[in-house]
Amino acid sequence: MSEYRIQGNTGEWEVVIGLEVHAQITSESKLFSGSSTGFGAEPNSHVSLVDAAMPGMLPVPNRECLRQAVRTGMAINAQINRWSRFDRKNYFYADLPQGYQISQLYHPIVGEGEIEVTLNEKDPDSPTKKIGIERIHVEQDAGKLMHDQHPTMSFVDLNRSGVALMEIVSRPDISSPQEAGAYLKKLRSILRYVGSCDGNMEQGSMRADVNVSVRKPGGELGTRTETKNVNSIRFMMQAIEYEAQRQVDLIESGGAVVQETRLFDPNKMETRSMRSKEDAHDYRYFPDPDLLPVELDDAFLEECRASLPELPDAKRARYEALGLTAYNAAVLTAEAETAFWFEDLLAEGVDAKQASNWLMSELFGALNKLGKTLDESPVNPKQAAELLGLVADGTISGSIAKQVFEIMLETGQGASAIVEEKGLKQTNDTGAIEAEIAKIMAANDDKVAEYRSGKDKLFGFFVGQTMKAMQGKANPQIINDLLKKALG
Amino acid sequence: MSIDKDTVNKIARLSRIAISDAEADKMVGELNGILAWVEQLGEVDVTGVEPMTAVIPNKLRLRDDVVTDGDVRDKVLANAPAKEGSFFGVPKVIE
Repeated sequence: MSEYRIQGNTGEWEVVIGLEVHAQITSESKLFSGSSTGFGAEPNSHVSLVDAAMPGMLPVPNRECLRQAVRTGMAINAQINRWSRFDRKNYFYADLPQGYQISQLYHPIVGEGEIEVTLNEKDPDSPTKKIGIERIHVEQDAGKLMHDQHPTMSFVDLNRSGVALMEIVSRPDISSPQEAGAYLKKLRSILRYVGSCDGNMEQGSMRADVNVSVRKPGGELGTRTETKNVNSIRFMMQAIEYEAQRQVDLIESGGAVVQETRLFDPNKMETRSMRSKEDAHDYRYFPDPDLLPVELDDAFLEECRASLPELPDAKRARYEALGLTAYNAAVLTAEAETAFWFEDLLAEGVDAKQASNWLMSELFGALNKLGKTLDESPVNPKQAAELLGLVADGTISGSIAKQVFEIMLETGQGASAIVEEKGLKQTNDTGAIEAEIAKIMAANDDKVAEYRSGKDKLFGFFVGQTMKAMQGKANPQIINDLLKKALG
Repeated sequence: MSIDKDTVNKIARLSRIAISDAEADKMVGELNGILAWVEQLGEVDVTGVEPMTAVIPNKLRLRDDVVTDGDVRDKVLANAPAKEGSFFGVPKVIE
């Protein structure tokens, strides 16, 4: 899709990227215990004896977590494995009380699928590329360590321990930082549509491990490094750029890339080796004897399929069929929140084109100025529909609607109430309009003469003057008609 | 299949078990004895037999997604070798 090349001393290099995305599954309780997944609770309060790995405790899987993984798989047209199994990944770390993570190595719940990405999701003509998904498996999250609270101790909070994650593993089909960014954006959008993950990277609900290697174009795959736990799209793209350049410099100066785990430092914009011990990754996986295999029946799969929402690509096609431009349809569907807002407007009876134009210019503009996201909008779809309804039925003009909207944003008042209180109703009183037109023509007889001698563009001037004289409250169509008559 | 002393030392290290050189030597013999005993199973022809994942024909039981547990911080922390406020305290680990 994009020809991304690194120019080295020995010629061009291409970059091969694969992503492992950890997405927190949206659920009330944890993967194997009944404790809450709520964010920001008092340390160690959302912890059961199962999560703390007390002896004799047994895991019982949460049906909803499996369901969300399956629905996510279905949304990327992946193979769903009716039979899967949990394995233990063994390692010691202070944030992992069990001494192993319950994961799925050998038999993941979701097999191969794919995601189509485009470099600019708002441009319908931008080229697309299919990125293969190797698998999605379900696993436990670890606890959280804090290192800066005490001189000699680290503190452990197990609230996150046992929360369900999906690990979504891509094929090494990605060949530039931009493609990686587009992939992560599209994946996040799909997860939000499906409702299986909130996609909130700031709170750590989604993080990526980034595998990068370089090679001469078309050559053998190089040795890869894995940069762990990158928590923003921008950081991921920077990490790839840095890491690819580092590998090229290393190889060209006679060195060799070591297969290792690295960390991205966003302050220095560089990746650093985590210098793990050589056998730190000998996880000695084996099937978890505490858990039977996961067997999904027809009814379960059918419910998963039936509960899938319309996905971004299908939505975009439908919006275009409603008469929206390809650009508008692409912008409205890029994020689930935007599409849902738009559909709420339609449900309130707003015309599709009017709704999309208003949403993209007025609402986005206002939110941008306020520095708020759509979720934080001071005006909800119902209130917006009331405003747009007043424009549609001719009660107020488009320009008055802008004023009313500003007052709505400030005061939270309803549109009809504002129009009533401020007397902003559009007037169809032709007598009043004709009187203003006569005054304007008298005051601008030079322009009238110019117009009559063929300077058609001046028509706009007269419309503007009349509207101004009417304080924006005159029906523009009536102004047009009357002006045409008066100017002859 | 048999294992040597290096493998024994590696498994001990991965399991965070400290063993002396003499213990490692002894362990090589013991572990190889166990492996040889288990390997007798190799005499059975299991071609076409599905691996047995459980000895009882049970189905995996699933839970509904409701909060039924947690909020037992004092219990959870009761046996911690070190605690600070609401946290477990562990020797500083920074990579």
